[in-house]
Amino acid sequence: MGLFLADLAWGSIHISLREIISVFWGKGTDGINSEILLNFRLPKAITAVLAGASLSVAGLMMQTLFRNSLADPYILGVSSGASLGVALVMMAASVLPVAFVSSGWALIVAAIIGASVVLALVVGVSFRVHNAVSLLIVGLMFGTIAGSIVSVLQNFSNPDAIKLFVMWTFGSLSAVTWTYMQVLLPVALFGLGMAFFLQKRLDGLLLGENYARGLGVSIVRTRFLIVIATGLLAGGITAFTGPIAFVGVAIPHIARGLFRTSSHKILMPATVLCGASLILFCDIISQIPAYTLPINTISALFGAPIIIWIILKKR
Amino acid sequence: MSILTTHNLAIGYSKKGITDTVQSALNLQLKAGELVCLIGPNGSGKSTLLRTLTGLQKPLSGSTSIDGKEISKLKQREKALLIALVLTERVEIENTTVYNLVSLGRHPHSNWWGDITNGEDVIIREAIEMVHLEHKMHHNINELSDGERQRAMIAKALAQDTPIIMLDEPTAHLDLPNRVEIMLLLHRLAHKTDKAILLSTHELDLALQAADRIWLMSQEGLECGVPEDLVFDGSFNRAFESKSYFFNASNGNFSMNYPMSRKVWISGNKTRMYWTLRALARAGYVVVQDADVHISVTEHGWEIDNEIIPTIEQLLEKLSTITESTF
Repeated sequence: MGLFLADLAWGSIHISLREIISVFWGKGTDGINSEILLNFRLPKAITAVLAGASLSVAGLMMQTLFRNSLADPYILGVSSGASLGVALVMMAASVLPVAFVSSGWALIVAAIIGASVVLALVVGVSFRVHNAVSLLIVGLMFGTIAGSIVSVLQNFSNPDAIKLFVMWTFGSLSAVTWTYMQVLLPVALFGLGMAFFLQKRLDGLLLGENYARGLGVSIVRTRFLIVIATGLLAGGITAFTGPIAFVGVAIPHIARGLFRTSSHKILMPATVLCGASLILFCDIISQIPAYTLPINTISALFGAPIIIWIILKKR
Repeated sequence: MSILTTHNLAIGYSKKGITDTVQSALNLQLKAGELVCLIGPNGSGKSTLLRTLTGLQKPLSGSTSIDGKEISKLKQREKALLIALVLTERVEIENTTVYNLVSLGRHPHSNWWGDITNGEDVIIREAIEMVHLEHKMHHNINELSDGERQRAMIAKALAQDTPIIMLDEPTAHLDLPNRVEIMLLLHRLAHKTDKAILLSTHELDLALQAADRIWLMSQEGLECGVPEDLVFDGSFNRAFESKSYFFNASNGNFSMNYPMSRKVWISGNKTRMYWTLRALARAGYVVVQDADVHISVTEHGWEIDNEIIPTIEQLLEKLSTITESTF
């Protein structure tokens, strides 16, 4: 909560806490500041919370699904799948109805489909590849394939579409306007709701597939639901903010370490909380230099060392 | 009372039209309050049978029914209310206590959110007490020894509160004291809780002692019976037939078939005699009454031609010099 307010206050123009409160009470004194706050900072902060929560929960579900502590939407190519979906929509924008594209629904639907398809493919491969690191490499390859297809698409597109797409890949929390928020918020909340609904089955999956079956968990259905929920969360967020790396892998570990448990009943809210805090924190840091840094850079700076630490700890 | 019954069950694998039948025409019965041990040589289909009975694998033909309900028609959750499993795969979960692990056994009973009510809590604690792990209840499972870990998995199966528990080689990877303890524990649980417990094992002597009934599998088929009956009618010998060893009905163990050519005769103290015979058999001596060499076993050692020999090692040396010179 404190981070949320700090995120509102910080920026190239400093807005005091008192002003923030007064703007929310509807008696804004300064027109410009209230404009910045309501139409720029507030949606950005909400997006930060949603992105942190969604990516972390998606990472948590994938780690349980693959029984691999390094699984994460970014590493296993799910975010790249979402990018491919976005690229397809942007470059084919001239064909689609304008209303569909401008409301953001086209982006998010394409990204979710792209994310889910890649995840389903990785799940398929995971039946054959049991080595944790090999699976990561396979995910990386899927990501590369999606990336290459995007490059091919770029070659055949008009410059305007390419510019739009390149802007998107830089990724930014501030890209989410209130119009987009109307799309993002329900999708992310629905995905999070699904994840909470799945927590008991996820606990069962921790024991491994055969034990989970023995406890009455229907494996095929559960796996399908996890893929959909992860696709909604990772794809939905990626559609608007661009790829954000390493949050999905790092946060579940931090939550496990803080709460000393593996029960999803506790881990779910814990990852939501930690994920939202981390992204807000990253966003505040990215505002410190005069020129705003891409959020992806900051999150990688935090996340990548955590992955190295996990690998070292496992030996 | 039979809880689980199979009707003309055939088990095996079917891939791309090629069927590999491992066992067929199985008509088995599992009774409440009995510990049944499934034994047999490798490749006789123990795991396949367990997987089929638990519904993890489809039978080639025939059916299995529990409490009169056809198992293939049951939903996953309904099956989970009838059979609890302990498998060979090792469970690796970070930051999980014994209590948390055992509470996972309550899954099929709890609501969608998986709340642990007071009633559930009592059942979980009872299950942990039954396997004598109450002092480790809040320890991380990664801190447990292999034996304790296996007991925790059994507690999880107990907490599932099913009429049947099936265990796939629960004593594998354990040392002898733990193997004995797990077997005794399962025997006691079957009698105390009136559950039917079925387990597969390689521990023949333990199975013979602990099991109320044995399912003996071999390439020829499956024989059921009280352990002693199967020993007397020679089923064990047939199931484990081999040139290099034989099932020794006098002690319930396998004995190796050594090539025995040299003859000695031996008499004397009983305990020492047993171990002396083992050493002699290993060294290739057959004990016959009309042998030229006579060993008498005494309190202080072994006597040949009025000479006292203090250790078996020296006895064997002595024997080799005598027998070589006589032949």
